[in-house]
Amino acid sequence: MSNPTTTRESRVSRTAAMGLMLLLAVYFLLPVYFLVVASTKPQGDLAATNGLVFSHFSLFENLRTLFTRSDGIFGRWALNTVLYAVLGAAVGTLISALCGYALAKFTFRGREFLFSVILGGVLVPTTALALPLFLLFSATGLVNTYFAVFLPSIVSPFGVYLARIFANASVPQELIESARLDGAGEFRIFFSVGFRLMTPALVTIFLFQFVAIWNNFFLPMVMLQKESLFPITLGLYEWNGQTARAPLLQESIITGSLVSILPVIVVFILLQRFWRTGLAAGSLK
Amino acid sequence: MTDLATRSAGVRTTPGGRRRPNGGGPRAATVAAFVTPFFLPFLLFYLVPVGYALWQSFRVVRRSGGQYGTSYTTFGGFEQYGQVLQNTEFWSSIGRIGLFGIVQVPVMLFVALIIALLLDTPLLRAKGFFRIVAFMPYAVPGVIAAIMWSYLYSPQLSPVVDLLNGIGLHPDFLGPGAVLWSAANVSTWLWTGYNMLIMFSALQSIPQELYEAAKIDGASNWAIAWRIKVPIIAPSIVLTTVFSIIGTLQLYAEPAVLRQISSNISSTFTPNMLAYTVASGNNYQQAAAISVVIAVITFVLSFGFMRLTSKKAGL
Repeated sequence: MSNPTTTRESRVSRTAAMGLMLLLAVYFLLPVYFLVVASTKPQGDLAATNGLVFSHFSLFENLRTLFTRSDGIFGRWALNTVLYAVLGAAVGTLISALCGYALAKFTFRGREFLFSVILGGVLVPTTALALPLFLLFSATGLVNTYFAVFLPSIVSPFGVYLARIFANASVPQELIESARLDGAGEFRIFFSVGFRLMTPALVTIFLFQFVAIWNNFFLPMVMLQKESLFPITLGLYEWNGQTARAPLLQESIITGSLVSILPVIVVFILLQRFWRTGLAAGSLK
Repeated sequence: MTDLATRSAGVRTTPGGRRRPNGGGPRAATVAAFVTPFFLPFLLFYLVPVGYALWQSFRVVRRSGGQYGTSYTTFGGFEQYGQVLQNTEFWSSIGRIGLFGIVQVPVMLFVALIIALLLDTPLLRAKGFFRIVAFMPYAVPGVIAAIMWSYLYSPQLSPVVDLLNGIGLHPDFLGPGAVLWSAANVSTWLWTGYNMLIMFSALQSIPQELYEAAKIDGASNWAIAWRIKVPIIAPSIVLTTVFSIIGTLQLYAEPAVLRQISSNISSTFTPNMLAYTVASGNNYQQAAAISVVIAVITFVLSFGFMRLTSKKAGL
């Protein structure tokens, strides 16, 4: 075990492994580091100074410009993003949990068929839905409203799939049976027993759906023309398209990007154990 | 196990000896109350649009009475599909995305696998840090990732370009040949950590005893990784490949952002960009047909890949 060749070999592979991981870490951190540095610089220094080195610290000025530009439209976009992604994911998680719990714990006719239809939905790419939804929504006058983005966002077939797995794994049938014997209604059982036992799993479902909505650029782009309804992603995209005419926007795009990804990164790090539960369950297919 | 319990609940009797109506399950109305809050929006915003797109793809717009006559839509059979298949822009977008996928997906998954395997060995220190760093880009939406990288590609602002200029290389990340790979790099940056975490979760669920025999026989970490671990997590690798194929065919946001700073990305660069461009020209029927063809190609490729790999594994 401890002969000299193995130790030397393991020292070499230790160094190689660390070296490779450090290199990859630099790759993953580089754009974020650039964003942090660039958002502390005045617009004039962006092209004039090295992008990886700090210069005149003007982060607070940049933030003021960002939040006051066009009557504070960025704050509006941030609020919209919270409505679409946080509220949408919360509602989506609740309805996925109800449906997944029913699919796992109730016996009823057509259960397997219903589950197959929902599972088929997992494979439908959301970008393929945006254009037909646009036509349907324009016929009903929903285009260019909050609901045009919010309503399709609450539907997550993958969430139902996860909820069913988690309900099967974490809610014992005996507990439900004994609650029924005590005379509790099904909803009461769900909220007092099922919901509580499934809570860690529901956090995972919430996170997945939050990212899906936060990432879905195509749907708001197709649905919304009114700037005041944009999520951050669409707003920054619009600004980015105007930099040829208005180069001063660059600093706000950079600061805006940083402001919008930092809170999400922090939440991700704090909740990272929930990702692993979900990804492990997701790969059990 | 629990599924079995649910199924057998139909014949179980309560401790009191009474048979519960409907075998212990709740009434149909209660089931509906649990299922409908999801199923109704699912029907309206998933199933109906899919059906509507299919229906639209079989319609055509015709004019009566010359160029200024009234137009009307009517059933056109496979006419729209014929036009899609004859559209050279459609095929070049498919070709571009095919080349992108053949290179980007294996590179990304290989890097993800290497990171997952390294995190699962005793070789590394600060594993938690590396895991978070690799996964962090998943928190960044495609649009913002593309904006960040476009600053690193821009000849005026990029410190990377400065650095490479300094050592005598003069890269043009936005040039006609390079821009596809610049977009591929954004996707790789975004999704490597996510795929890594799927593989890593699978590695973590392998019982340690499986390696112990190999370790006692003096097998190196390297041999254990490739001969034992990789074959065991093969289903996860297949899964990440299928996710990546689906994602590649849907590509939109990243090239759309790069298009804002590079004239080498056309409005029909990817199949989805083509569908959007066609729809913006009010040709919804043609756009629907394009979307259906993309969806069919996606299904065929992902199922084909799953079949191919499960056959190879002798399952």
